[in-house]
Amino acid sequence: MKAFRAVTSTAVVLDRSDVDTDQIIPKQFLKRTERSGFGEFLFFDWRRDPDFPLNRQRGRILLAGRNFGCGSSREHAAWALQDYGFDAVVAPSFGDIFRQNALKIGLLPVVLAPSQVKALMERARAGEELTVDLEARSAGGYPFELDDFSRRCLLEGLDEIGLTLRHEDAIAAYEAAHPAPFSTLVV
Amino acid sequence: MGRTLLDKVWESHLVRREEGQPDLLYVDLHLVHEVTSPQAFDGLRLAGRRVRRPDLTVATMDHNVATGDDTPPDPFSEQQLAALVRNCEEFGVPLHATGSGREGIVHVIGPELGLTQPGLTIVCGDSHTSTHGAFGALAFGIGTSEVEHVLATQTLTQRKPRSLRICFVGELGPGVTAKDLVLAAIGRLGVTCGVGHVIEYAGPVIEALSMEGRMTICNMSIEAGARAGLIAPDETTFAYLEGRPAAPKGQAWEAALERWRALRTDPDAVFDREVEIDVSGIRPQVTWGTNPGMVVPIDGSVPDPADLADPDERAAAERALAYMGLEPGTPLREIAVDRVFIGSCTNSRIEDLRAAAEVVRGRRVHPSVRAMVVPGSAAVKRQAEAEGLDRVFADAGFEWRRAGCSLCLGMNPDVLRPGERCASTSNRNFEGRQGAGGRTHLVSPSVAAATAIAGRIADVGDVVEALPA
Repeated sequence: MKAFRAVTSTAVVLDRSDVDTDQIIPKQFLKRTERSGFGEFLFFDWRRDPDFPLNRQRGRILLAGRNFGCGSSREHAAWALQDYGFDAVVAPSFGDIFRQNALKIGLLPVVLAPSQVKALMERARAGEELTVDLEARSAGGYPFELDDFSRRCLLEGLDEIGLTLRHEDAIAAYEAAHPAPFSTLVV
Repeated sequence: MGRTLLDKVWESHLVRREEGQPDLLYVDLHLVHEVTSPQAFDGLRLAGRRVRRPDLTVATMDHNVATGDDTPPDPFSEQQLAALVRNCEEFGVPLHATGSGREGIVHVIGPELGLTQPGLTIVCGDSHTSTHGAFGALAFGIGTSEVEHVLATQTLTQRKPRSLRICFVGELGPGVTAKDLVLAAIGRLGVTCGVGHVIEYAGPVIEALSMEGRMTICNMSIEAGARAGLIAPDETTFAYLEGRPAAPKGQAWEAALERWRALRTDPDAVFDREVEIDVSGIRPQVTWGTNPGMVVPIDGSVPDPADLADPDERAAAERALAYMGLEPGTPLREIAVDRVFIGSCTNSRIEDLRAAAEVVRGRRVHPSVRAMVVPGSAAVKRQAEAEGLDRVFADAGFEWRRAGCSLCLGMNPDVLRPGERCASTSNRNFEGRQGAGGRTHLVSPSVAAATAIAGRIADVGDVVEALPA
């Protein structure tokens, strides 16, 4: 996973609520079997509008409305945002699966109060550079929360599978105590 | 203090718990499909890892598969399906491939094979994995990184979600289905009410539902923002499961029943949030906008954004109406449709097809409508054909197609053209969901069937009374 410590950048303002992952990366691009190259298709349909924020503003921070990334579990949405050049997304709330996906790849999802996000949007529209600092857990000067485990994984770019496999003994013990629930898988 | 169903399933799957860390949770069943798995298998290869428990992993083909022979093969879909075949062979994962007779939408085949059982933890790289919660299994969608994690370790690192119980009480009106209940609940509580929560659906209305209806409700938990929905297993659940191929047999069945009966939420258990919904006034529901919370009763009209106090909600409603090409105040029943889709993991099971066929029997699809039925699985298709439902649909002018996700998300050739309007039994009315520029109205199977016949949004009573049966 890509490590994340801090980013200072202008920000793109997408002041819409309930932006679903179908908008972030439409289905026709999910047929790719690679992890990379999704950035050029980010917000594919919305970007046809010349006034769409992505066509007007640049930056490595995305400021968004509540429930960003709701809907489909497609991690391609997080890949596309990262591949396009975003390091962090700041919103009042996120779709649970999107938030999890973002954390797993080193795209930092930051939750702030709605009024704080609105304030950052104003500053970003005025061209101000914002800093999102994971070590300090601060975004544009506002403190945010992130659990210690996710934070450490992000700061160090840790391979979570490798971490889990250190608990091989515990997994094996669980399996020994719990027989498979299926009489057969293929019928 | 008593424990909830969620507490019981969660605690019985703890591999490891450490203060300040997420729990390490064991996964009993990992369902795999072609779209969200190739990068996960690549990750295993790069790291030299194996699939830890191929005996707890099952793959099928659904998102990309063609449901008819009327379009040329799509090379990108073919490559993705071929990659799944290769990956399953290399890593020893059983695959229910297209043509095997066992294929279908991953959330339809799990239950019908008896793989989906009470008390299990089930994951899949698909947000509608919540469907399996209808059996009292903790089932949720995951992204590709987590798919790789489960393939490699058969576990997930997870924080326990909060709990929300929605209790449905009252008397269900005629023609009101499980789809209407869940749409009405999302309309009332909002598309973020479930964020960070697992929803347990309870109450006499839920207890009276069939397994198909319960699956429809749990399926759409994600549209309320919840990763998972749960319904306590009961005699309806056990009757559905008994004799299914992967279900326990003989003594193991009796032992399983005893375990499953102990799963239900204790009477004194406490939820983080509780909501009660009286279903008595609920009518068949139709969405008018671009998320499932933008929904009104079929007798209603397209709402006016000006009536919304919250500026963000008003802006979203204005955008939605512009996208949908609708004017405030238009009665739903005056909205003409170009397409009707009966299918998807929400509403493609045998009971759904029977309900639609009941409306369609002896009638004709409106000449301006293209209507299709896509059974959820090869087994549902066989069953429907054995009951003659395929003839009912075909005689009425519906296309009777092969199993797959199809027009729910339009990854295969079944898509809406820009501007086309569709009454759909699927789960998402997002912009472009069924095809760029396409306009989706989410409805129940019987409303979809009535709409196909009327050519505009219609309730069953509208066409059954108006036309001779």
